[in-house]
Amino acid sequence: MSGTKTREKADVVIVGLGWSGSLIAEELTRAGLNVVALERGKWRDTATDFPPAIDMDELRWATRRGMMQPQAVETVTFRNNSEQEALPVREWNCFQFGWNVGGAGTHWAGMTWRFNPWDFEVGSKVRQRYGQAETTPGLQLQDWGITYDELEPYYDRFEKIAGTSGTAGHLNGSIKPHGNPFEGSRSSEYPTPALKDTRWMGMFRETTTAMGYHPFTIPAGNISSEWTNPLGVRMGPCTYCGYCEMFGCGNWSKSSPQACVLPALTGRDNFTILAEAEVLHATLAEDGKTAKGVVFIDANGQRWEQPADIVIFTAYQIDNIRLLLLSKIGKPYDHKTGTGVVGRGYAYQTISGANLFFDDERFNPFIGAGALGVQIDDYNADNFDHAGLGFVGGAGIMAFSTNGRPIGMADSVPQGTPRWGAKWKQAYAKSYQTSATIFNQGTSFAHRDVFADLDPTYTDRHGQPLLRVTFDYNENDRRMAKYTMDKAVEIGKKAGASRIEPFNSAEGANTPYDQRSTHTTGGAVIGADPATSALNRYGQTWDVHNVFVVGASSFPNNGGYNPTATVGALALYCARGIIEKYLDTRGPLVEA
Amino acid sequence: MNRKNEKSALGRRKFLALAPTGAVAAAAGAALLDSETRHDTRLSQDALPPLVADSYLTDAEKALVSAVFDRLIPADDAALGASDAGCVAFLDRQLAGPWGLAATRYRAGPFKPGTPEQGDQSPFTPRERYRSGLKALETRCTKSEGKGFAQIAPERQDAFLQDMEAGRHGPDGKAFFEMMLQNVREGYFADPLYGGNKGMTGWKLVGFPGARYDYRAEIDRPGADLGLAPISLMDRG
Repeated sequence: MSGTKTREKADVVIVGLGWSGSLIAEELTRAGLNVVALERGKWRDTATDFPPAIDMDELRWATRRGMMQPQAVETVTFRNNSEQEALPVREWNCFQFGWNVGGAGTHWAGMTWRFNPWDFEVGSKVRQRYGQAETTPGLQLQDWGITYDELEPYYDRFEKIAGTSGTAGHLNGSIKPHGNPFEGSRSSEYPTPALKDTRWMGMFRETTTAMGYHPFTIPAGNISSEWTNPLGVRMGPCTYCGYCEMFGCGNWSKSSPQACVLPALTGRDNFTILAEAEVLHATLAEDGKTAKGVVFIDANGQRWEQPADIVIFTAYQIDNIRLLLLSKIGKPYDHKTGTGVVGRGYAYQTISGANLFFDDERFNPFIGAGALGVQIDDYNADNFDHAGLGFVGGAGIMAFSTNGRPIGMADSVPQGTPRWGAKWKQAYAKSYQTSATIFNQGTSFAHRDVFADLDPTYTDRHGQPLLRVTFDYNENDRRMAKYTMDKAVEIGKKAGASRIEPFNSAEGANTPYDQRSTHTTGGAVIGADPATSALNRYGQTWDVHNVFVVGASSFPNNGGYNPTATVGALALYCARGIIEKYLDTRGPLVEA
Repeated sequence: MNRKNEKSALGRRKFLALAPTGAVAAAAGAALLDSETRHDTRLSQDALPPLVADSYLTDAEKALVSAVFDRLIPADDAALGASDAGCVAFLDRQLAGPWGLAATRYRAGPFKPGTPEQGDQSPFTPRERYRSGLKALETRCTKSEGKGFAQIAPERQDAFLQDMEAGRHGPDGKAFFEMMLQNVREGYFADPLYGGNKGMTGWKLVGFPGARYDYRAEIDRPGADLGLAPISLMDRG
């Protein structure tokens, strides 16, 4: 295929059409802009690609991950520290890139959390309450440059688009029963009521209530009743089928770009999707201060230029970092000097908890939903006094009922049981119905020695360098995970488990094959200071004013929650910034 | 579905597939989607499960896999053993399909061993690993036991596999053991559509109702014995 062809110029080009891309496209096209969205995966929709005749197939979607982008297309290289040589992550792992229009928003579980107000201001709040001495050396605690209160209207809008199920715990300044009393104040109730309890959720709720904690139903994008969202799109009630995370939803009950945004968006004349089109990088004007557009390759291998006045990266977190580096936008983080911003602030999720075995229970684990669970936030964020504990942050402690898929659960037998043979078979037949998990989803903070940059050796199928991830847990993570793990053990005992097996992902070295969490964050973070953030609060790059970036890559630190609702709120905030401010000024929205 | 939409959606897809590159404003190799395509509700071409009926393993290899799998998941009063459940046929089809060729795996070099945290760095496909792994297993067994694996007593077979699992046959032996254990579990618990889990024996063993899609009535009976018979995707064909 010879040469590069050029498409007609657009007002806006969006790179990656998941939640962020589709939410921003909806706002910008409604404001009258001409938007072209490029997505390297295929068009996938509810009726055509994951109806109930196809969806309930564990082998295809969960074990073989049929909905996800293969490593053969792109992977990362990984190492625990900068002394090691990074090697490619060759097989399915914790990085779950989307591989279709809808992105990871098609195969996500559906937990629709707002971060705690504290999460947005960890830098100043930790200094105020504890002083720097309490934190682990090297932690990069910094504020987001935007507060929870400023983001609240955008969380609210996202929840209404998504139809989120839940019970408010903090509504217009008042604490409400049955909700999460630690959440930031909400301006309205959840769009749809909370989901119902399974047997295990009920036990956890009863036990933690008796212990003086404050259990509540996890806000869910597996919605509990019919809902018509502000875009006029209708959703149906969740059937508790237990095929959510790693699956599409055949019921229009799981919030996703397909179920919630694209039906309204694709009918607009000023919106175009080019699927199976992979963006290589943005191209900069000669002065280096603006971008001219992006270069992409279509399914035939033809190279194209898509000129645009505004370029928005809304790819997977890893790819947003990589696209900035490949486009030479922003100063790359230099680990030796600790300077530079692109690749700085990488974080993950710190997981601990306890596997429980009961003598005589029938949990019916197959009754589930990706976000079905009960949680306490008593040990999340800064909801408890950390004085003398030696760490900051915490974890949401949850009892989930996501699924009972039997290939994935086959190791759910008491430790010491053989992993095969007659004894395993008998043990699994019992523990399938009698085991449960308390899962602590913990905060993760950026650290000086953790970062992402371009790999010097390994490339993707187009010859572009892979992103190299250098990550390991730090002492703050280990202490927090141990502390909350001990809480999970106490709850397990009170709940009557006959056998309790605690786990702590942060105890040893991190590996991307630990599948307990997929939530990698940061690397192109928002902030108030160009020396420590790649983007301002609107997601605009400090150096190239017509390039915006939105994703979990924007988080300066990860909360003890799933990232999606915060990504959605940041996307809507970015879009309003473009419409209300950038279109007039065509310059930096925040002075550096 | 609206007939007009069906026609226009098909027309557009065909047009994009056949149009000479660069002849139109759209990128011909990319799929252009607009207000017409979104109404297309027929199953996509690749929406159906990737079923493969081909075979990869030789008869001798199948017999050896069968002997190993029946120790990993033996028959008992509760449920079938692995080979009776179709796990060998399952594996054979998986190997014959894209999984056997490591179609999704990142396979570019250089190949280096790395740390345990960096995971499996093998350059080989599952097909290659089964071919060489089975050969190594049989050679080792013949050397230490004087007979092939299928010919020795079950207790000796178990001891042999325990050594393999513990790494006493080296890292390649351990990695191959882990692959076989994963695959036999897949065959035993995947939808019968893929050739294993005969009679939904694996699902009956643990009480998994299979490809059901609606538990709205059952969630109101927490802890109850629901007595739900399993359903396969095959029943819906």
